[in-house]
Amino acid sequence: IDDVGHKYHLELVLEDVLDKDSTVNCTAEVLYHLGNKNIAPAVQFTIEGELKNTDEADNIFYSRIKSLEKELVAENIPDSHGSVSPEMEPIRLLAQVASGYVIWQNSTENTKFQLAQIKHVKQVKRSDDCLEFDYMILLHEMVSQEIIPWQMTVLWHPQHGVQVTQDSCQPKHALE
Amino acid sequence: LQLDFWLAPRSPGYPVDVRVPFPSLQPLKAHLEANGVFYSIMIEDVQALVDHEQTEMLRSSRRQLPLSTNTFDYATYHSLDEIYTFMDLLVAENPNLVSKLEIGRSTENRPLYVLKFSKGGTNRPAIWIDTGIHSREWVTQASGVWFAKKIVLDHENDKGLASILDKMDIFLEIVVNPDGFVFTQTQNRMWRKTRSRHPGSACVGVDPNRNWDAGFGGPGASRNPCSETYHGPYANSEPEVKAIVDFVKNHGNIKAFVSIHSYSQLLFYPYGYTSTPVPDQKELDQISKKAVAALSSLYGTNYKYGSIITTIYQASGGTIDWTYNQGIKYSFTFELRDTGRYGFLLPAKEIVPTAQETWLALKVIMLHARDHPY
Repeated sequence: IDDVGHKYHLELVLEDVLDKDSTVNCTAEVLYHLGNKNIAPAVQFTIEGELKNTDEADNIFYSRIKSLEKELVAENIPDSHGSVSPEMEPIRLLAQVASGYVIWQNSTENTKFQLAQIKHVKQVKRSDDCLEFDYMILLHEMVSQEIIPWQMTVLWHPQHGVQVTQDSCQPKHALE
Repeated sequence: LQLDFWLAPRSPGYPVDVRVPFPSLQPLKAHLEANGVFYSIMIEDVQALVDHEQTEMLRSSRRQLPLSTNTFDYATYHSLDEIYTFMDLLVAENPNLVSKLEIGRSTENRPLYVLKFSKGGTNRPAIWIDTGIHSREWVTQASGVWFAKKIVLDHENDKGLASILDKMDIFLEIVVNPDGFVFTQTQNRMWRKTRSRHPGSACVGVDPNRNWDAGFGGPGASRNPCSETYHGPYANSEPEVKAIVDFVKNHGNIKAFVSIHSYSQLLFYPYGYTSTPVPDQKELDQISKKAVAALSSLYGTNYKYGSIITTIYQASGGTIDWTYNQGIKYSFTFELRDTGRYGFLLPAKEIVPTAQETWLALKVIMLHARDHPY
């Protein structure tokens, strides 16, 4: 679109990561802005039908974390061999959702990001109902092949959903 | 109280050892003290000891070098030492089929080994397969190990493989980048490049898949030593790359060359450095289509295929661009499982299924090479 940017019309199928047979059709429009590359692409989408209800699993996870004596701390999820313990699986799923937001905010037509690993996650005590986690993640950028450490603060509540309240790119040598 | 006696009561004067569940600790102490029975604590926390032992056992069963390729665990990731031991075992168990060649040394002076599978002849037309050029792509080295064993298992009873080996040799380099591989196990799981150092920069390593002499230094590689796609000071600067270049040139009769990476589930043919299609584009595309269909037939894994530049991005100095320009028509690169959910950290349980399906695609390429001599 002259003077505005590039708009893509997409037809895609969403597949439930936890249940490969559960799929939902989706259409979306993505606009990459021409001028300022620091603005996230504009996204509009519609989903055909409804997403699965996850209330039960959400509440189990919520109760479990709320009842921990000490704040949760973990690292290297998955580990070098690709393993994730069952207790950490929801922590990883939460990171994938939250990193989706970070990826969206930082994507251009020339990037392709994936969440590579959670290096470190620490639960932050809160006085209200929400759960708060401070993550240090590694993003893999496919075109440059770079591994980028990224910090993100994630809020979650079964009824209120996911929120990334803070995120920042970290220096590369934070790794070596 | 659920007391667990480790040294049972005998008679007065003899000590008794007992494991006490946590809730029974106070009642038991009170009882002993009330009756003037002396006690001391031998182990404060039995669970901690048990946990520690578990980790030690896991660690040591990994460190123990394999004793035979039949007891080798193909469904787990191994250390460099274990893989090198595996190679020696395979040769020792099958001396008439398998031999090990040292084609050079890495920057840190590790030997670079290639397994040769041959039923005889002299300098037969050959197929080359390599894995582990990018060290963090662990499923590739693990698949290479599986391929080696597969060739040995099937070389007589599988008609396709037997007929390939009747006419051709197979060369398999399982760990192209051993320095990087060791680094992923000791320091940084996400390390991709070699471990060479360069004057004027604190950064280490060259991307071995940008270091080949095909469009070297052009767009699609970086001249920044700190970049993951740094092409190096000059083509073949990396001993790991030079070793293969020398081998291919000296052999002179390689007819198919397959270099294996992860992840993305893609099958490529050249070029990456230019958008000019290769002269054999149509044939390579047809082979790719067949290979991908064979791969998918096993577990339904979806692959896309095409030339590097049209399918993924421009990349200069790449392996198969060079091999193709050397006259090796059947040059292909794989990107194995998955598509990003686990990425480089592919769970070990996916190693064997990945290797199995990839092998089917490799056989398509090898059979085509056998049937279309040039």
